[in-house]
Amino acid sequence: MAHQTIIEDNIDVLVVGAGLGGSGAAWEARFWGQDKKIVIAEKANIDRSGAVAQGLYAINCYMGTRWGENNPEDHVRYARIDLMGMVREDLLFDMARHVDSSVHQFEDWGLPIMKNPNNGQYLREGRWQIMIHGESYKPIVAEAAKKSADKVDNRICVTHLLMDDSKEDRIGGACGFNVRTGNYHVYKSKTVIVAAGGASMIFKPRSVGEGAGRVWYAPWSSGSAYGLMINAGAKMTQMENRIVLARFKDGYGPVGAYFLHLKTYTQNGVGEEYESKWFPSLQKLVGKEYLDPELSHRTHRPIPTCLRNHAMISEVNAGRGPIHMVTMKAFQDPHLEEVGWENFLGMTIGQAVLWAATDVDPKNENPELTTSEPYVMGSHATGAGGWASGPEDVSPPEYFWGYNRMMTIEGLFGAGDAVGGTPHAFSSGSFTEGRLAAKAACKYIDDGKAEGISVSDKQISDRKEEVFKPMERYKIYRNEIVAGTVSPSYIHPKQGLDRLQKLMDEYCGGVTVGYMTNEKLLNIGLKKLKVMEEDLECLAATDLHELLRAWELKHRHRTAECVTQHTLFRKETRWPGYYYRGDAMKLDDENWHVLTVSRRDPKTGEYTMEKAPCYHLVDDEEEPGAKQTGAAAS
Amino acid sequence: MPTFVYMTRCDGCGHCVDICPSDIMHIDPTYRRAYNIEPDMCWECFSCVKACPQNAIDARGYADFAPLGHSVRVRREEEKGTIAWRIKFRNGTEKNFLSPITTKPWGEFIPKLSEAPAPNQEQRDSEYLYSEPKYIRMDDDGLHTLEKAGLSMKQGVYY
Repeated sequence: MAHQTIIEDNIDVLVVGAGLGGSGAAWEARFWGQDKKIVIAEKANIDRSGAVAQGLYAINCYMGTRWGENNPEDHVRYARIDLMGMVREDLLFDMARHVDSSVHQFEDWGLPIMKNPNNGQYLREGRWQIMIHGESYKPIVAEAAKKSADKVDNRICVTHLLMDDSKEDRIGGACGFNVRTGNYHVYKSKTVIVAAGGASMIFKPRSVGEGAGRVWYAPWSSGSAYGLMINAGAKMTQMENRIVLARFKDGYGPVGAYFLHLKTYTQNGVGEEYESKWFPSLQKLVGKEYLDPELSHRTHRPIPTCLRNHAMISEVNAGRGPIHMVTMKAFQDPHLEEVGWENFLGMTIGQAVLWAATDVDPKNENPELTTSEPYVMGSHATGAGGWASGPEDVSPPEYFWGYNRMMTIEGLFGAGDAVGGTPHAFSSGSFTEGRLAAKAACKYIDDGKAEGISVSDKQISDRKEEVFKPMERYKIYRNEIVAGTVSPSYIHPKQGLDRLQKLMDEYCGGVTVGYMTNEKLLNIGLKKLKVMEEDLECLAATDLHELLRAWELKHRHRTAECVTQHTLFRKETRWPGYYYRGDAMKLDDENWHVLTVSRRDPKTGEYTMEKAPCYHLVDDEEEPGAKQTGAAAS
Repeated sequence: MPTFVYMTRCDGCGHCVDICPSDIMHIDPTYRRAYNIEPDMCWECFSCVKACPQNAIDARGYADFAPLGHSVRVRREEEKGTIAWRIKFRNGTEKNFLSPITTKPWGEFIPKLSEAPAPNQEQRDSEYLYSEPKYIRMDDDGLHTLEKAGLSMKQGVYY
């Protein structure tokens, strides 16, 4: 295979990954940069790529300020308490004050948003969620991105960011390969907006065999947002903050609409309410500031998602499983039954298939719930991602370095899963972050910050060799063995993925160890990850599809390493129910009321860890806690 | 439920290959028809099922937990703006659902921002995005700031 080199030069804004975040970035960039060259590089096909590929039945982040429903600061307080305090409130506030304008445009474009028949307002599922018929959410948003971009390159797997050779820590573009043609693509660009995905499949899944792809977050979310940025030397934050989801068993069907709209509820295997009995012991671990059932009852302040997970995990471990979702009552109402099914068909079709296969009709029986394996991402009820600058008018000095959503690499911006400390952005918030990043990127160029970038031919050719190395490896060593997949000289990506999942599960707090880890285990994990990195140099790819899997694995591995470093650094259990540090089971605000920030030196591979201050939006006149209201996330 | 392709219906057009987000629908070189090359990387997102002009693609529940004898069929019609589902249980129960997928003719109401009036310097220096402040509240009340809300950013533990 020839692997022709194709260089796309003079790009102003390069968008890497066109899910909701990337589509928002490409769309908005055209307004602020009408004469600028905007290019999208997408691993799959923009019409059905990213986490929203199969659709959504709700938009989980909508303020409704036009109807006086919520203000941006209310959402910040909600996300803050849900994440046990560890959020970037400047970024959250900024996202929340713009997000409604994105949603109103979606409606203009044709996205069917359900209406409340009584007042004509958007139909609320919960305090922050509105209900949509979102089967075509992604194709609609993709149309907008396509209208704005000069060029959409589908099936380009971006493997590396390219750096400016004339100025340290400044971006110069990105490179990768075409999954269909095998050509090597080089994008020379003044700015890059990373809007690639978070990471599924870095922890061993509960499913086995054929079902290994039935994960909560999309299997194509390969942690590339993190892999690309960490390898470029960008600072990362809150990477320890993985998420575990309480979902319908095996299909991972969402529970948000069930809890919030259908008013279904959970009970243990013997039909009892179980959550509240775990709260007194849990309160001793996390403190009354974070778990105060009485206050929650009085003010509708949510019980953090991780703590509700903790109750479920504890109840099952106490032998009173399984946990059931009580649906039999709600599903007697034909309208609610329809909502329950369409909710799955709109975003997790596999759950409908599973119930059909197992004859589970929630009208006649209460389906099982379970907690998933951990995931690493930054747009659901968790905030892993890059350490980004906030907006000038909100951010304190430690959070601001010139351009909104710019990383610690000049000219490198992020949106969606790529930005750390901004949980509860979901689809609409990710799209909005893309818009914010795009405006800032255009300003960065207009301010003359991207002058004189040079990407050397050496950098380009070195990367090319690296990109196709797994195919070379296979060619050279294939005939050492008769046939099959067992070679002393290489491993296939699937074999590597199995190894990664097993070691992350066992050493970094996966599902088979009850989400438990400690310093000793984490150090062993890091050692094994290091050895694995050597083996990743021996990856073999038989074809371009396997080369795609090889690079996804490399990005997942780098993500996993960073997660382990962060988990080791934070010596406390901040989110019981997401993971436990067995050697530091208590939440420790005295030492750890901080954001964790890491940087991996691209030359040495060494990590430097630091604590960054955690700022909160404060309104001195309020009774503490009184405004912390909102319903649980889905 | 990974997807599979019926031999007699597939004509090898490749629509599923083009759309699959996981790059797992490929054309078999012998039969010149599509098949799922990597079922354990299938999210059952149904993108290929919806895209197939021959209705040749179906899904069968994952072998590790789903028994045989069920089906979930779908028909997505862009011109009509609808999607129709039929679920058949193993025990024969059937459920049908129909939902809208768009309220407008495809793509026509998305403006071309290259043709929008260019933003002025004041807009560039502001915190506004395209269509703001109007689209935030559908009036001209403007954007939220810390000052307007009587808030400040402070270090420490405040709940």
